[in-house]
Amino acid sequence: MSDSTEQPMPTIASTPATTGQVLIDPGTAEGPQRLRVLPAVIRLAVLLFVIMLLNPTEVHACQEAAVAADTSMTSWWVWPLVLFLITFVMGILAALGGVGGGVLFVPIVSGFFPFHLDFVRGCGLLVALSGALAAGPGFLKMNLASLRLAMPVALIASTCAIIGAMIGLALPTNVVQTALGATILGIVALMMAAKKSEFPEVAEADRLSSALKIYGVYTEASLGRAIDWKVHRTVYGLLLFIIIGVMAGMFGLGAGWANVPVLNLVMGAPLKISVATSKFLLSITDTSAAWIYVNNGAVIPMMVVPSLVGIMLGSFIGVRILRVAKPAFVRKMVIGLLLFAGAKAITKGLDLPFIV
Amino acid sequence: MSEDAIESRPNEEQLLYAKILEIGMFVGLGLLLVTFFLYVSGIVAPAVPVEELPKYWEMSVHDYLEATNHDYVHREHAITGWSWLSVLGKGDYLNFLGIALLSGVTVVCYLGIVPTLIKKRDLVFAAISLMEVVILTLAASGILSVGH
Repeated sequence: MSDSTEQPMPTIASTPATTGQVLIDPGTAEGPQRLRVLPAVIRLAVLLFVIMLLNPTEVHACQEAAVAADTSMTSWWVWPLVLFLITFVMGILAALGGVGGGVLFVPIVSGFFPFHLDFVRGCGLLVALSGALAAGPGFLKMNLASLRLAMPVALIASTCAIIGAMIGLALPTNVVQTALGATILGIVALMMAAKKSEFPEVAEADRLSSALKIYGVYTEASLGRAIDWKVHRTVYGLLLFIIIGVMAGMFGLGAGWANVPVLNLVMGAPLKISVATSKFLLSITDTSAAWIYVNNGAVIPMMVVPSLVGIMLGSFIGVRILRVAKPAFVRKMVIGLLLFAGAKAITKGLDLPFIV
Repeated sequence: MSEDAIESRPNEEQLLYAKILEIGMFVGLGLLLVTFFLYVSGIVAPAVPVEELPKYWEMSVHDYLEATNHDYVHREHAITGWSWLSVLGKGDYLNFLGIALLSGVTVVCYLGIVPTLIKKRDLVFAAISLMEVVILTLAASGILSVGH
């Protein structure tokens, strides 16, 4: 799932709904009547989400009940169902807030659900991977994602994601949980501070990107003309993807939140190219890290499938209500949720009390 | 700039990559949903009963594997790496087919574009593709195992 900072989205109707950055085409709006009932449904879902998060004692009560030796006949399905509902809301919020589902999934599910962090990270990577796989073909066909830009970057990021995944599985859980919390708070700071540049000024392509022929043209629908693009500072960009890859693998967060600023602000790719290439890039980076979790047994299908379906359905709905929602407000809410989840992760990692 | 670059249409290898990725994604997701239905509906019995799962998912992956192997799977070693293939008759492990397909499709995409890149004499990107295949295959091989 791509977890990027807020992005103006390309407007292509045929793009699949994804768990990350989403594309909409207001011109394809379905009937307004159907849209009218959606906000009410969403409000209800958000309410459920907030109640779950703000009432951890209830969660713990459920957890204890589920873990109790004399587990009731129906208790097993409670958590997958709640996971589905929560990820459904996460998908909506991710789409509206301009972030990927993974960056919400890992801190919130690890902070407030009984699942061990190992499984949450494995699940988070698979959820992010599925979103990237769903969006990738469309972006590539539209020439918004650049294979030539992605391939050298992916080679570095996917290698480092393997290392990150191995570090994450080897370190004590409390250390990873604390580092996860600190990272989430860092992402919040990045989301609030990072500027974006729709068409960065690249006076001259650097020698490496010229040699690798990393440049292209895409049709900017809003301007009705083709935009030439090229990149610079390629070496710096590639070096930064070492860190991004390690963090993606270690925390299972996806990495759109870091990919986009580096591609856009450091390397100078246009924003739409950065967003789409970042999304596609996750299908490679998360693949390598996901294999480490799968091969080490850190995948529980009962967690993965409800989460994957929930977040994809949520994103699908989120794309549609984006037309009637106030993204700025939702974005603030997402930042608030991340702050909350980041603080929870830190206190859980340090074994400190967390008072809501 | 090359002819590919001055056109706003995607180049040949990019379209081929997209096509393979799309097919793999649909097949993988479809397979995951079907196998999950077979699992939760009880049509294919799981190794670890679904009602017992809450006892185990709180544990670290190491403890989870040890405990479920001791209580239900009864193998000499816990199921890691590709050993899930030997228990595909169990509903929970059957889901790994879809997961493996989703995780493996990228390797197929890279392998698929290599002949096109070589034909275009784009040897640098052909080499990058092959290196990526090696990296992803290494990750998928199960050689890289870790533990707490």
